[in-house]
Amino acid sequence: MSKSKKEKTGQLILNGVFILMAIVYIVPFIMVISVSFTEETTLYQTGYSLIPQKVDTLAYELVFKNPGQMIRAYIVTSIFTLTATLLSTLVMALLAYPLARPNFIWRNQLNFLVYFTMLFSGGMVPSYLLITNVLHLNDTIWVYILPGLVSAYNVMIIRTNYRSIPDELIEAAKIDGAKELYISFKIMIPLAKPGLASVAFLFLVAKWNDWMTSLLYIRNPNLYSLQYLLQRLLREIDYLKNAAGVGSLDASTQPPTETLRFAMALVAAGPVLIIFPFFQKYFTKGMTLGGVKG
Amino acid sequence: MQINVTKKKYSRKAMRESVSMGMLAIPGVVLLLIFNYAPMFGIVIAFKKYEPLKGIWKSKWIGLDNFKFFFTSQDAVRTIRNTMCYNIAWIILGTICAVGLALMFYSLKSRRALKFYNTVVLIPKFLSAVILAFLAEIFLHYRYGVINQFLSALGLKTVDWYAAPNAWPFILTIVHLWASVGMSSVIYYASLMGLDEGLLEAAKLDGANKIQQIWHVMLPHLIPIIIIQTILSIGHLFSGDFGLFYQVPKDQGMLYPTTDIINTYTFRALKSGNLARSGAVGLAQSAAGFVTVVVTNAIVKKISPENSLF
Repeated sequence: MSKSKKEKTGQLILNGVFILMAIVYIVPFIMVISVSFTEETTLYQTGYSLIPQKVDTLAYELVFKNPGQMIRAYIVTSIFTLTATLLSTLVMALLAYPLARPNFIWRNQLNFLVYFTMLFSGGMVPSYLLITNVLHLNDTIWVYILPGLVSAYNVMIIRTNYRSIPDELIEAAKIDGAKELYISFKIMIPLAKPGLASVAFLFLVAKWNDWMTSLLYIRNPNLYSLQYLLQRLLREIDYLKNAAGVGSLDASTQPPTETLRFAMALVAAGPVLIIFPFFQKYFTKGMTLGGVKG
Repeated sequence: MQINVTKKKYSRKAMRESVSMGMLAIPGVVLLLIFNYAPMFGIVIAFKKYEPLKGIWKSKWIGLDNFKFFFTSQDAVRTIRNTMCYNIAWIILGTICAVGLALMFYSLKSRRALKFYNTVVLIPKFLSAVILAFLAEIFLHYRYGVINQFLSALGLKTVDWYAAPNAWPFILTIVHLWASVGMSSVIYYASLMGLDEGLLEAAKLDGANKIQQIWHVMLPHLIPIIIIQTILSIGHLFSGDFGLFYQVPKDQGMLYPTTDIINTYTFRALKSGNLARSGAVGLAQSAAGFVTVVVTNAIVKKISPENSLF
């Protein structure tokens, strides 16, 4: 076998393995779509399958007949995700600025203050008591936004980004009479944009996927985050029926529950899954920024 | 002769500049003090018999009773064992899979195919634990799940997976690897991109086949970063991914023997109102975490200072 031919078969095998892998990653999603369009009673006989035996859109009709709660969860989640991401990026971008400047005389102290939070934390219970008993943030939208705005690790990534900005640029701006606030907004932040975008995007994904905050702090169903609503819909059949308003249907017709779960999951998670891969480059960049050091 | 009393004296200009730079850090510092430092004082709850009406400060001191309660219970053995075993197994398996995948990406010629496969394996990183749990259920559901469909098609007995604790170390491992391998391969792939192509060409000229190229050129290039990543993960030996362990087994009591980790245990203790006990376990975990992170970081600093955290 010639060398180039050998290489070709090698690539063929490699692609084969990758295609198998891709199937393993994509099939579960195709199944979600397929089951959500399956007729409920057929599903009872065939189980979850890749191709619907009998197509039916009743599940979606139910989801969209009573979409109030889903829409509210979408709105709540969008509001806190965007607000928290903007605030977090801004606060961390400003906090990282003096850490990156060699002429900041309290640099070591500030560095320690940020670093120590990476090493030790009071744990879940003290935070829980602080948020519920002292700050009374439970059952408000602020509980999604304020805690965890500053992440030490992200501050360090931003600071590393700032450090690659040449000092002369800042000195020149100073000679022109620029103030620190002006320098950070007009020079540092624009130049560190790629790093900031990655940090912001990682933060945004984590916020969008937050269900634990609702689990711990939210009692009011109007303030449920999307993922927490989804968790309840998927786990509790009664909650699912209530949300879809199928409890009030004619008792003689069996309301679909299985297909409804799949339809709900798709409506709740689908749109974002379609959008996110386009931002993938920020994701991988965030991972490889590295060089985080004190 | 003038004697300088202060240790260091900064010029007025340096002072003024630092103050105005420091002002920018104030919002961040205030948030850190409130949400990270204030709770650190709350750890005294671990040493108290907490009564909600009295609050932390007025509740009675009971020394180490809360710790004794946990560490002498069956739960301690179970949760600590589970947390450590999953972490160790996943560090080993995760590294092998991630490095393997990175080598596969590196060997791929077509850029378009590379981009496609890369996007596909990164999809799970955009999913919440809730969705992961739901996807797992498609396979594990007792009546409709894919696995049981296969089993019954083959004439085998079906299994109620959510009541079969012995299966869960495998299930969780598969879900974890499926969800994380794409992301963890990124760092190894990035490192391979920095590999000197000349080395590979030289190896090829010497007649090295693909396996030999991987073994003698690519792997040695990756070894330092593998070591660093491994040591850094050992720093988190005592904490696990709460989302995965809470959502995917659907918090089924039957499965606790193999799915309960320290994080899920403290969460349940908190939920059931045992705040002091939960706080004690959380504090023990934080303290153990502090030691492991400091020790592992010191080791990393010895081998490769630029990769250490501090």
